[in-house]
Amino acid sequence: MNRLSPFNVVSLTLGFAFLYLPMLILVIYSFNKSKLVTVWAGFSTKWYGELLQNEAFLDAAWVTLKVAVVSSTFATILGTMAAYTLVRGGRFFGRTLFSGMIYAPLVMPEVITGLSLLLLFIGIGMDRGVVTIVLAHTTFSMCFVSVVVSSRLMSFDRSLEEAALDLGATPFTAFRLITLPIIAPAVVAGWLLAFTLSLDDLVIAQFVSGPAATTLPMKIWSSVRLGVSPEINALSSILIALVSIGVITASLASKRHSLRIKREELAAARTT
Amino acid sequence: MAETVFAPWDDPNETPLITFQNVTKRFGDFVAIDDLTLDIFEREFFALLGPSGCGKTTMMRMLAGFENPTEGAISLAGKDIAGVPPNKRAVNMMFQSYALFPHLTVWDNIAFGLKRDNLSKDAVATRVEEMLKLTRLQKFARRKPHQISGGQRQRVALARSLAKAPKLLLLDEPLGALDKKLRQDTQFELMDIQEKTGTTFVIVTHDQEEAMTVASRVAVMDEGRIIQVATPERIYEGPNSVYVADFIGDVNILSGTAKPFGREMYQVDWGGGTLATAASAKPFSDGQSCHLAIRPEKISITADRPEADNAVQGKVLDIAYLGNLSTYYVELPTGQTIKAQTANTRRISRRTFTWEDPVWVSWTATAGVLLDS
Ligand SMILES: Nc1ncnc2c1ncn2[C@@H]1O[C@H](COP(=O)(O)OP(=O)(O)O)[C@@H](O)[C@H]1O
Ligand SMILES: [Mg+2]
Repeated sequence: MNRLSPFNVVSLTLGFAFLYLPMLILVIYSFNKSKLVTVWAGFSTKWYGELLQNEAFLDAAWVTLKVAVVSSTFATILGTMAAYTLVRGGRFFGRTLFSGMIYAPLVMPEVITGLSLLLLFIGIGMDRGVVTIVLAHTTFSMCFVSVVVSSRLMSFDRSLEEAALDLGATPFTAFRLITLPIIAPAVVAGWLLAFTLSLDDLVIAQFVSGPAATTLPMKIWSSVRLGVSPEINALSSILIALVSIGVITASLASKRHSLRIKREELAAARTT
Repeated sequence: MAETVFAPWDDPNETPLITFQNVTKRFGDFVAIDDLTLDIFEREFFALLGPSGCGKTTMMRMLAGFENPTEGAISLAGKDIAGVPPNKRAVNMMFQSYALFPHLTVWDNIAFGLKRDNLSKDAVATRVEEMLKLTRLQKFARRKPHQISGGQRQRVALARSLAKAPKLLLLDEPLGALDKKLRQDTQFELMDIQEKTGTTFVIVTHDQEEAMTVASRVAVMDEGRIIQVATPERIYEGPNSVYVADFIGDVNILSGTAKPFGREMYQVDWGGGTLATAASAKPFSDGQSCHLAIRPEKISITADRPEADNAVQGKVLDIAYLGNLSTYYVELPTGQTIKAQTANTRRISRRTFTWEDPVWVSWTATAGVLLDS
């Protein structure tokens, strides 16, 4: 192993401090006994207990979860279909335009996306609530899914699909039995991305939600405006923990998988 | 009893399995296949041979249904197959990259095509077992493609493409990824399987030895056109052009002008000091430019002037020792070099010739082929 030079040590420390110090402080203060956020008064887990009693937060969490699961599922289906058509559809009229247009929402300011969706829902006379949030989240996260899936499709060996056709599969069967299982990791990654985007969204939800539907980020935002409470810190810490567990499990699983494949390939090469 | 020779291409009563009729394929402005006409017969082992980019894969893809000809017609068993999608053709292809389905086991890879035909479970299982046995893969049925070696993968790809008993099997450089020894074993295995199953094989290769070994007929291609189609023997001994002579095996080309000299005999002025005497059934006019192609193994090398139709003196420039053979590069006083090949039939014999030795190279009037282009 190489030793790091002092310069590397300094830049590494600074960089990671910059990234993680705010979160660390948040987590530490979530265990603060005092109600005052900035004064340390000893260790306690009471805010976690109180959080579980808080119906408003629990409701908001439930709404968020529902919205995230449903919208990311729709976004994954639509995004995968779009990616498949754009990558595999051959040269059809307007393909370049469509490929460009699928990326546009990625850079579009959320305020504009939110506003235009709001105008649309008002225009067609749709009651705002959970349904409109789901629709809005599906709209903006499907392009992220499409980007993830199409980059996988571009590196996908086309001859696998041709082999399936050659063996008598219809194009749809070839997609279902060959393409989809192979690109599944990218589809799952796209789903997870859409899921976190939906969990995370505040701006668009603010625009398109109605009085009956409040998501967790909206709830946190509105409580913070009345002053930061240790309860919010506790809630945020739980979210951080959940996300970390998710990321670590996913990366460990994929690492173990690729190690196993490599081992088996080596074993196969030896027994030639 | 004389064994009947397999030569349907010489029999006017035979109808070909595949016909290319003036087929042209363009990609944009680029002409990949140029007005190509060709017949391939049932039970043939037909080899397409040519340099990289000459259109071999494109021909296969047109047969499999992944590309359609821009002009002309391709028919299979008498039916025009233009527009028939790949999944509706009784043609299977073994891909250059094998294209094994990485998430399926060897067994399921082989069963994939059979399941598409709505066969019963038992029928599928029986056929898969048969294929596993044919390709000696029984032990690996439950493995995934990444868990087997390159040679085994190649056999899985073959078994998968043979499982549906296609009328025509296309093999696109099937042995390209194997090392030389495994390659030779597999070539014989392929010939064996082809004979057992009676399937028509069209194989693409850029290895001329491979084409000569396996094929009933070889087509030599260049830039989207077929230059010559013939049996391996005919292609080697009677190439129709300098391109084919040069592409298949090693050859000496003596270029010059022809001068008729008796019945089907010519003298070639090739600037080698003496005139070369050559027999040719193909007529040449007086002064017509021509090329005399002679294989190195048909040229003898001796210390003294031999009694031969053609003999010239030179000195040994270089010797390539190949184990079983040695090739001598003999430089003539005119600066030209002639390759002569001898078999090393004796072990540890003293080399007869060494560098700079003056020698005679000689060949008979029928040793070479006289070509006009
Ligand atoms: N889909 C395609 N689009 C454009 N050019 C192509 C396409 N497929 C093949 N070609 C071109 O056609 C020529 C012949 O290709 P190919 O049949 O693959 O050659 P080979 O298999 O003999 O090496 C090559 O020059 C290749 O670049
Ligand atoms: Mg090729």
